[in-house]
Amino acid sequence: MNSRANSSPTSRWGLRVLGLGYIAVLLVAPLILLFYKTFEKGLAPPWEAITSADGLHALKLTLITVAIAVPLNTVFGVICSLLLVRHRWRGNWLIDAVINLPFAISPVVIGLCLFLLYGKNGWFEPGLAEAGIKVLFSVPGMVLACIFVSVPFVVRETVPVLQEIGTEQEQAAETLGASGWQTFWRITLPSIRWGVAYGVVLCTARVLGEFGAVSIVSGHITGETQTLPLFVEQQYQNFNLPGAFGAAVLLALLALVVLTAMNLLKRKEAA
Amino acid sequence: MGISVDGANKSFGDFQALDDVSIEVPDGSLTALLGPSGSGKSTLLRAIAGLETLDAGRVLIDGEDVSKKPTQKREVGFVFQHYAAFKHMTVYENVGFGLKIRKWKKEKIRARVDELLNLVQLPGLADRYPSQLSGGQRQRMALARALAVQPQVLLLDEPFGALDAKVRKDLRTWLRNLHEEMNVTTIFVTHDQEEAMDVAGQLVVMNQGRVEQSGSADDLYDKPANEFVMSFVGEVNRLGDDFVRPHDIEIVRDRDDSTEEAMVQRIVALGFEIRVELMLADGTEVWAQLTRGELQRLELREGQIAYLRPVHAKSFNGSPPSNPRGASTPHGSPDGGDAGITAAA
Repeated sequence: MNSRANSSPTSRWGLRVLGLGYIAVLLVAPLILLFYKTFEKGLAPPWEAITSADGLHALKLTLITVAIAVPLNTVFGVICSLLLVRHRWRGNWLIDAVINLPFAISPVVIGLCLFLLYGKNGWFEPGLAEAGIKVLFSVPGMVLACIFVSVPFVVRETVPVLQEIGTEQEQAAETLGASGWQTFWRITLPSIRWGVAYGVVLCTARVLGEFGAVSIVSGHITGETQTLPLFVEQQYQNFNLPGAFGAAVLLALLALVVLTAMNLLKRKEAA
Repeated sequence: MGISVDGANKSFGDFQALDDVSIEVPDGSLTALLGPSGSGKSTLLRAIAGLETLDAGRVLIDGEDVSKKPTQKREVGFVFQHYAAFKHMTVYENVGFGLKIRKWKKEKIRARVDELLNLVQLPGLADRYPSQLSGGQRQRMALARALAVQPQVLLLDEPFGALDAKVRKDLRTWLRNLHEEMNVTTIFVTHDQEEAMDVAGQLVVMNQGRVEQSGSADDLYDKPANEFVMSFVGEVNRLGDDFVRPHDIEIVRDRDDSTEEAMVQRIVALGFEIRVELMLADGTEVWAQLTRGELQRLELREGQIAYLRPVHAKSFNGSPPSNPRGASTPHGSPDGGDAGITAAA
C-alpha cells in the first residue's frame, strides 16, 4: 500500500513532472492559446461573432439539444440501471453490452445510421413523411443524434452506486409500509442521487460538444440547424478566425461550468 | 398475534433453503430460530415478512393466511443484521418513516418518535445521521423504527450479529426486558446458541432447511432429539454410539465395572472451568469439564492414567443423526465448521 511513501524523491518528482508536463503540453497549452488568440484584438471581434444572429441561434440550438437529450437520458438511465441491478434476468448482459455501443462506435457512424433510418428510402421515412415530421436536416434529428451518443453516461454512473447501496434499505422501507413508488422516491433515488448527478454532468458535457453525429444529420443549414460546435467549424472554414475562436471559447466556458459542477458534486459526495 | 408456518418450501436454484418447514409461534412469545449458516433460518424469517416468496406452504399471522399479502400489508416489524438504516435521513426521520408513509400528522409523529427514542434509550440523538451513531445505537434506532408503526409481530434477523461481544450482551438483556414490556410476538434469528438460550423462551433448531427440534432451552439441552441438536446446543463427546456432555464425565482414581481407562493428555485451566483432555485405550479422544476444586481433589497430572465414568450418556440409534460432524473432538468439529458451541458467523 505504501509503495509511494517508500519510493525515492527523485522518482516521485520525476513522475510528477512527467504527469503535469503531459497535461500542460497537451491540454492546458492549447486552451491558453485559444483564449489568447480569441482576445488578441480585444473583446469586440469574438463578441460580434457570438452575438450575431447565427451565433445566437447556434447557442440556442445547443441549449435546446441539452434540454431535451439530458432529461430523457437521465430518466431512461435510471430506469435502465434499476432494470440491470434490481431485476436480474438472463438478457441483462445484452442490455449492458448494447448500452456501451455509443462508447465504442464513432459518432460519425451513428450519424450515418440515423441517416439510413430517417433519410430518403429509410425505414422510418415513409411513415414520418406522411405525418409531416421532418427528422433529417432539422432539430429532431440532431436531438436524436445527441441522445444516441450520450445514452451510456447516466447508466454507467448509476449502476455501481445501486449495487453498492444494496437492497436492505429498500426492504426495510417495504416492511414499514412503503409502496414501490414511495420506496423509489424516498429511499432509492436519494441514495443514488450523487451517482445520477455525476452521470447528468458527463452527459451534458457530451451533448454540448457533440460534433460528428450531429454534423451528418444536420445538413449544416446556417441559422437553422447549427449547434455551437458546427458554428465553430463553419466560421473556421470561412476563415473567420475571431468568430471561430469566440464560439469555441463560449463552448469551452460552458464545459468548464459543467465540469466545475461535477467537481463540486464529487466533493459533496465524499463529505 | 401467533404465527404459524405450514409446510414451507423454498429453493434458490439447486439449493433447498427450506424443506417442508412447519413451526408454531405462540402469541406474545419470544422465539429464537437457531441454526448454523445455510440452515434456512433467515429465509424462514424473511418468508414470514414477505421478503421471500415461498415455493409451497403457508404463513399464518393471527390465524389469517398472509401468504399472498405483500410485505407492506403484513404489518411486521423487521430488523436487519446490518441495520438497514436510511443513511440520508436523520434518526428522527428514520424512526418516523413508517408514520409518514401512514400520513400521520406532524405533531403526532413527533410525540411518537420521542416516545420511541426514549424507549430505546436514544433521547437527544434525533438530529444525528446514522453515520454518526455506533453500531449498537444504530441497531436500537432500527428497532425503534420497526416498533413505531406498532407491528403485529417483530422479526429480528441476527440483530446483534454485527456488534462486538460486550454491546451484544447488553442488548440481549435489553431486548428481553423490552419484550416483557411490549409483549409483541417476536422471532429472532441467531447462530449463537448461548444468545438464543439467554434471550428466548422458545427455541427452534434448524439445520439444512429443516426443523430439527423445537422447545424450551432446557428441553433442547436435556432431551435433544438427535445428535445435531445435542452438539449444536452444547458441547459433546462421542463414546462409541453414546454421546455425553463434558460436564457429565466423571473422573475417578480407582477403576470399577462402570469406568473406562484413559490417559490424561492435557489439562487446560480456563478460569473456573478446567478442561481435561483424555485418550481412551481405543484411541478415542474425549474431554471432561471439571471445576478447580475437583481437579485439586483428584490431583490429576498430564501423562497419568485415570478412570472415566460417563453419566447421562445418550444414544440416538433409533434415529440416524442428520449431521454426524465432529461430536468428539474438544476443539469443535474437525472441519472447523459451525456445529460447536462457539459457532462462528
